[in-house]
Amino acid sequence: MLRIRNLKTRLGTKTLHRNLDLDIMPGEIVGVVGGSGTGKSVLLRTVVGLYEPLRGKIEVFGQDLSELDAEARRKVEARWGVLFQDGALFSSLTVAQNIEVPLRETMALPPRLMDEIAAVKIAMVGLPADAAVKFPSELSGGMRKRAGLARALALDPPLLFLDEPTAGLDPIAAAAFDTLILDLRKSLGLTVFLVTHDLDTLRTICDRIAVLIDKRLRIGTMTELMDDPHPWIQSYFHGPRGRAALEKDHG
Amino acid sequence: MPADRALLEIDRTDEAVVLRAGGSWRIASAVDLDARLRKLDVGSARDVTIDLSGIEAMDTAGAWLVVRTKRALVAQGHEVRLVELPPAFEPLLAQVDSDALDGKPIRHPHSRFHGFAAFLNVIGLEFVKALARGRDLVGFMGLVSVVGLRTLRSPRRLRLPALISQMERTGVTALPIVGLLSFLIGIVFAYQGADQLRRFGAEIYTVNLLGIGVLRELGVLMTAIIVAGRSGSAFTAEIGAMKVNEEVDAMRTLGLDPIEVLVLPRLLALTLMLPLLVFFANFMGLLGGALMSWGALGIPIPAFLRQLQSALFGWTFWLGVMKAPFFAVIIALTGCYEGLRVSRSAESVGRLTTTAVVESLFLVILVDACFSLLFAALHI
Repeated sequence: MLRIRNLKTRLGTKTLHRNLDLDIMPGEIVGVVGGSGTGKSVLLRTVVGLYEPLRGKIEVFGQDLSELDAEARRKVEARWGVLFQDGALFSSLTVAQNIEVPLRETMALPPRLMDEIAAVKIAMVGLPADAAVKFPSELSGGMRKRAGLARALALDPPLLFLDEPTAGLDPIAAAAFDTLILDLRKSLGLTVFLVTHDLDTLRTICDRIAVLIDKRLRIGTMTELMDDPHPWIQSYFHGPRGRAALEKDHG
Repeated sequence: MPADRALLEIDRTDEAVVLRAGGSWRIASAVDLDARLRKLDVGSARDVTIDLSGIEAMDTAGAWLVVRTKRALVAQGHEVRLVELPPAFEPLLAQVDSDALDGKPIRHPHSRFHGFAAFLNVIGLEFVKALARGRDLVGFMGLVSVVGLRTLRSPRRLRLPALISQMERTGVTALPIVGLLSFLIGIVFAYQGADQLRRFGAEIYTVNLLGIGVLRELGVLMTAIIVAGRSGSAFTAEIGAMKVNEEVDAMRTLGLDPIEVLVLPRLLALTLMLPLLVFFANFMGLLGGALMSWGALGIPIPAFLRQLQSALFGWTFWLGVMKAPFFAVIIALTGCYEGLRVSRSAESVGRLTTTAVVESLFLVILVDACFSLLFAALHI
């Protein structure tokens, strides 16, 4: 589904990734973790084509993005959804209109059906129905994030990129978000690449976890990574918060 | 994406209706399904069974069509059963069929008025808004005056570094553009004036026209317009960006008064710098005019200066420059006021920056007209 080989990226003078590899299989949910400033979001942005990698190869749906022409690229872009950290909603449009943007761009639906689909997405991400006609500036941070997710899901894309989806959500909403992702994967065969700090999300929905350390990814299931001797990984999973998240498994 | 079709068959008997759904119920086929399901008529049959066994692929759009049809039939008083749903799509259907989704149409924001009424509505709304804004601006002026007087009593509270840096940004860096534009205006003005006056053989009076025009009106007005576009907009954008970033709120919680920290240095800097800029603009305007007179009319510089001296009286220069502080206050206050009105959205920064420039230009020209009336009444 997604294949990264030998990726090298640089932001300013700082090299963020070197010889980084990652494979994501269809239907898999992979969470990327790492300390602040290690380039998790940059990795996500590079994969979706917002940053140009210095070296390396990125294949999405088996196609090398750098070799596609504009038309083919648009087709790929219609098959993934991206949620940015603060939702990145278009501020001049209401929530419903935001969700309708990808619908409008890719197919001609009757307005009534488009409104209905927008309403379905709004309900799915747990927003109240009256949020549909609100502008992004009238929403709280958590609501903006959910509206952003609704827009990312508008076309039911098979591949979803999420940048810190649960940060800033209350625990109940975060748990509902986890359930939503799992339900969607079951029905739509969704593949998810997510950047997160939320240990509960990692534990509940991620099949594999990729830890960004020393400019590369260490990939494994949570149990495998817990035995990794690297000090950062140790303090991440065995710190007080990591322990608390794991104890819920047994308790 | 496989282009397999969505299937929908309807089996009717007297007592029951069976809807057989199959194939790919995805957004790509939603238009067709939507039209057919909207027209669906099951007649008087009491039991309706929706058989979903043939569904091979389904996304939220397809799931919604199933849920919508079921709800519509239930609302008509039918007994509806969903059967044989492939287990993979159960969670999706459950997600879509939530109580939070009431199926009420989304009411997109639009005006209640149409045509000419909408036009009148807009005019009325804008007029009321303009009045309210004028009132608020006067209120803001009062607030700044109070804070300004307080700062005057304890001048140590005045932020000197901020003041100096604002003076540099609003004054010194504006010199090239103000100078160049005034110089060009001087040239244009001299040329046009000479062209008209030559018909009466009164070319020499071009100097009088230029002197009075530049010193009393053009110099100060041009400078104010340039500064409003340059610094007034910068004030709004700077303060607005700080509002978006919650910096202004952070300031308040730290016990800093945004008026004192942000508005006063800008206001004071502009009030000090604008008269100086006007002086420079006057000089450059006259220089442009003098060069033009020399080149096009053959009036040498010494003759130009003599004629200029006879045309002006002691007050002429001051009548122009004295307007500068008033314009400076208008530009700085509207710029800062609109900046502080920025909400948390970045979009409002751009909108209010435009508003600030338009407002300050309007007020500058309005006040200039008032000065003209005043001077006319005083016969100067």
